[in-house]
Amino acid sequence: MAEERNKIIEGKSAFSGIAIGPIRELTKKNKVVRRNHVDDADAELKRFESAKEQAIEELGQLYEKALAQVGEENAAIFEVHQMMLEDEDYCDSVHNIITSQQVNAEYAVASTGDNFSEMFASMDDEYMKARAADVKDISERLIRVLEGKSEDVGDSQEASIILADDLAPSETIQLDRSKILAFVTRAGSTNSHTAILARTMNIPALVCVPAEEGLDGKQAIVDGKQGRLIVDPDEATLKEYEAKLKEEQRHRELLVALKDKATRTKSGREIRLYANIGGVSDVGAVLMNGAEGIGLFRSEFLYLEKDEYPSEEDQFQAYRKVAEMMAGKQVIIRTLDIGADKKIDYFSLDTEENPALGYRAVRICLDRPEIFKTQLRALYRASAYGNIAIMVPMIISRWEVLKVKDIIEEVKAELTAQKIPFGNPEFGIMIETPAAVVIADDLAPEVDFFSIGTNDLTQYTLAIDRQNAKLDTFYDAHHPAVLKMIQMIIDSAHKAGIWAGICGELGADTELTEQFVNMGIDELSVSPAMVLPVRERVVEMD
Amino acid sequence: MKSFEYVVKDELGIHARPAGLLTKEAKKFSSKIMLKKEDKEADASKLLAIMAMGVKKDMTVTVTVEGEDEDAAFTAMQEFFNENL
Repeated sequence: MAEERNKIIEGKSAFSGIAIGPIRELTKKNKVVRRNHVDDADAELKRFESAKEQAIEELGQLYEKALAQVGEENAAIFEVHQMMLEDEDYCDSVHNIITSQQVNAEYAVASTGDNFSEMFASMDDEYMKARAADVKDISERLIRVLEGKSEDVGDSQEASIILADDLAPSETIQLDRSKILAFVTRAGSTNSHTAILARTMNIPALVCVPAEEGLDGKQAIVDGKQGRLIVDPDEATLKEYEAKLKEEQRHRELLVALKDKATRTKSGREIRLYANIGGVSDVGAVLMNGAEGIGLFRSEFLYLEKDEYPSEEDQFQAYRKVAEMMAGKQVIIRTLDIGADKKIDYFSLDTEENPALGYRAVRICLDRPEIFKTQLRALYRASAYGNIAIMVPMIISRWEVLKVKDIIEEVKAELTAQKIPFGNPEFGIMIETPAAVVIADDLAPEVDFFSIGTNDLTQYTLAIDRQNAKLDTFYDAHHPAVLKMIQMIIDSAHKAGIWAGICGELGADTELTEQFVNMGIDELSVSPAMVLPVRERVVEMD
Repeated sequence: MKSFEYVVKDELGIHARPAGLLTKEAKKFSSKIMLKKEDKEADASKLLAIMAMGVKKDMTVTVTVEGEDEDAAFTAMQEFFNENL
């Protein structure tokens, strides 16, 4: 019987990416823990205590290793494991089994481990269910130490796709990174530590893959994007995936070469390269791509995901979280930018003939200051926890800026009176209307920075609706009028001693990067995936 | 005895990491610190017990402290919850 080629096994993606290589199957030696009667229970207790000490020490070393490889956030699990080993209930249970049943420590640990992991496994929460693996992991470690064995995860010579039933975090971190092409587990969840570590280590990973046993040594493809394992691929499939892999490798090379580099030209001109985000969950991508800050945090999601106005507290928590995750790097948050095109029911906005020119963004904020004030209070409170900056969209007149500043003063006075701490956020405006460009000289002295919203600026300048395909012939993203305006904005900013950046789509256009830098731009904020290509352009410049 | 109520805001609820930090913090005090959620109760110094309570986002927990250093423990717990959960 001919072996089936190109066998596709569907699973769940835990981290996207492509890997091609041989499968290395890790099978756990089925550990049978024997139950032995002991005469000297005290001696067993001592054995348990010293095994515990050693296990805690081992975990300390794993923590250090993980800290260096995958950072504090992910290393923390080993600290948690240490604490689990010191848990009173866990240790009491082991002690109790040893003394009451007069049995060996290995057995007492195994029973205790089973009981506690079953408890987690039976919880109705996916995250907590996954913690059963943690309890198992620490128990297995203890048993191994008690048996006097050293840690062995088995090393292979060749880089391969690791296939296992499930992987404990300690196993994942101990595998030699250079020998891992991908992780594939039959069980596990996208919440498991292995999945989380795989994401941090940039390794494609699949979970819940019902792969049969006996695949060791077989050639395979892991498609992390579609969540599938292809065993023994045919020529055509292999070719297709080799091309995809190449594309990916290029991105990875960029990552390695440029992720932690400054965005600086050969002659030493440096710009700030930030990323645009739409919610807290995008911060991972920002950090992974080595952005130097967040240049546009669209606060709309807070409003869009709710059925009522988000409270000051909800907003504060979201802003604070991002500020803390960015750890001192600048986070520029744009105040509410909704209007008749991005409709939210509870705002009860009227339908407009021409929403792009209508009741939107700062116009709503100044018209309904109570909504605006809630957001500003949340932003100011969050500014005590990180490097937050505030940016207001759709400005056309100087009085709007002054009015916003008045409201900010009120907010600061209130917070001071309530003894609520706040920081000193930079205050900027978006330049996205031709009016703002023309009066940029008058606006600049009132603010700390300009951020150019090229999407709206282009639409208003060219009088073209980008959604209208009929106008494609007339539309020119690089229209000289827009580029001239950008130059005017930068010049006005610099004359007043403030900085200017671009957060619109044009900022990510690598055909223009060189021109922008030469025009004197101070900051570019692009989607996370475009950070490295843009940085590559700048670094290559003379 | 002093107590306060807290609504958990962390997306994952009281998950492994904050639970670990919580036990660490609780062990600094001689006072008995208890966490209560509906019918479940656990000693704040016991990691597995706390995790087993399965406290999720938006659930309310009651924290009680009792003992010699309860004032200090009370303040520390309030700060801890506000900052980490």
